[in-house]
Amino acid sequence: MSENEDAITKETIPDGNTRRDAFVKIGVGSLCVACSGAAVFGYDFLSPNVLYEPSPVANAGKIGKFPPDSVTQDAQSGIYIVHAAEGIYAMSAVCTHLGCLTAWKPELGIIACPCHGSKFGRDGVKLEGPAPRPLEWLKASISDEGDLLVDRSAPLSEKQFVRT
Amino acid sequence: MAATLSQQLTALRRTRVWRSVFRGGNGTSNLDRALAVQQNLFLHLSSVKVRKRSLAFRVTWFLGTLCMGALMILVATGIPLMLYYHPSVPQAYADMKDLQSVVSAGVFLRNLHRWSAHAMVLLVFAHMFKVFYRGAYRPPREFNWVVGVILLIVTLLLSYTGYLLPWDQLAFWAITVGSNLLSSVPVIGPKVRFLMLGGNTVNANALLRFYVLHCVILPLTAATFVAVHFWRIRKDGGIYPGKDHKHA
Repeated sequence: MSENEDAITKETIPDGNTRRDAFVKIGVGSLCVACSGAAVFGYDFLSPNVLYEPSPVANAGKIGKFPPDSVTQDAQSGIYIVHAAEGIYAMSAVCTHLGCLTAWKPELGIIACPCHGSKFGRDGVKLEGPAPRPLEWLKASISDEGDLLVDRSAPLSEKQFVRT
Repeated sequence: MAATLSQQLTALRRTRVWRSVFRGGNGTSNLDRALAVQQNLFLHLSSVKVRKRSLAFRVTWFLGTLCMGALMILVATGIPLMLYYHPSVPQAYADMKDLQSVVSAGVFLRNLHRWSAHAMVLLVFAHMFKVFYRGAYRPPREFNWVVGVILLIVTLLLSYTGYLLPWDQLAFWAITVGSNLLSSVPVIGPKVRFLMLGGNTVNANALLRFYVLHCVILPLTAATFVAVHFWRIRKDGGIYPGKDHKHA
């Protein structure tokens, strides 16, 4: 009986697939396109294009306010300004372990992190873990007005001093 | 002569209003009692009948039920807390302090929410260990174990996102540390951190994202998987009776 009935229930199209197969492929295909589009759209939507975060360049104030042989901490911008024998340098106060804000301990002469107990020297060298790396030195420069500018987005690969 | 309470309830179940609300199981026969469960949207997730011994304390220590209880307390206390809380900087911290000292019963609701959250994490882990050591994860219940793992992760994420909302020092640094942990994941870590925080630092965007996750997205996810979890208990043959009762 089947030849005639087959022609009715399974209308074949040239490549041998049934019409239902073709519609399923079109349906699943367009669903995949829509899902990838939604994923791209969603990723784009969730990434902010404008951030209202503080500028990475922090103004630490007049260069003259850092006395020789001193460590000055600016907790607001998360940096240290150290006036050493070689000159002035800037370091990030953000712990290289998990990003807590470290603090200068003048009575001990070291920098310590309150979160997990890492300790650093005043030149950022790691004295005690769990921090994996020394504190980052940051690019510092003097503006035309005589202010010390510290770029927190620019960690230095080697030590660099600002002469006064 | 006054009717007994049970007679009054029977009469109530025969009223037209009751019968229009509850489609089946309005009588007191076993069939009616079974229908009362089976015909109810919420109750039908559970079994119509359970073995008496699976209700014994030693079988489950009621840990799954206790988890659900903690979750219900968290929803019931969390929604009122939302009415006095603005997820903005620095208002969030002030609102939290107001809940503690100014809002009537605010400190009660907040502490109940906080302690229930701690309890729920504890209970979810205890539930997992209990299921593991009884061997209740074995087929045919292996998929419900997977659902349970998803619920564990959702519970931990709810706990983590809720931790930021007081916007105090503890919250800020805990999320700073936690999000920096995330960025040590190879390749995608820093990008996921950026999307999660909505920026490079824990800031107003992060607070708002955590708030939406904590109050909308994660609770809805939890509710969905809790429904599947309960339904699968019934579908997989009820609570695991123990290895001595293979065909029970």
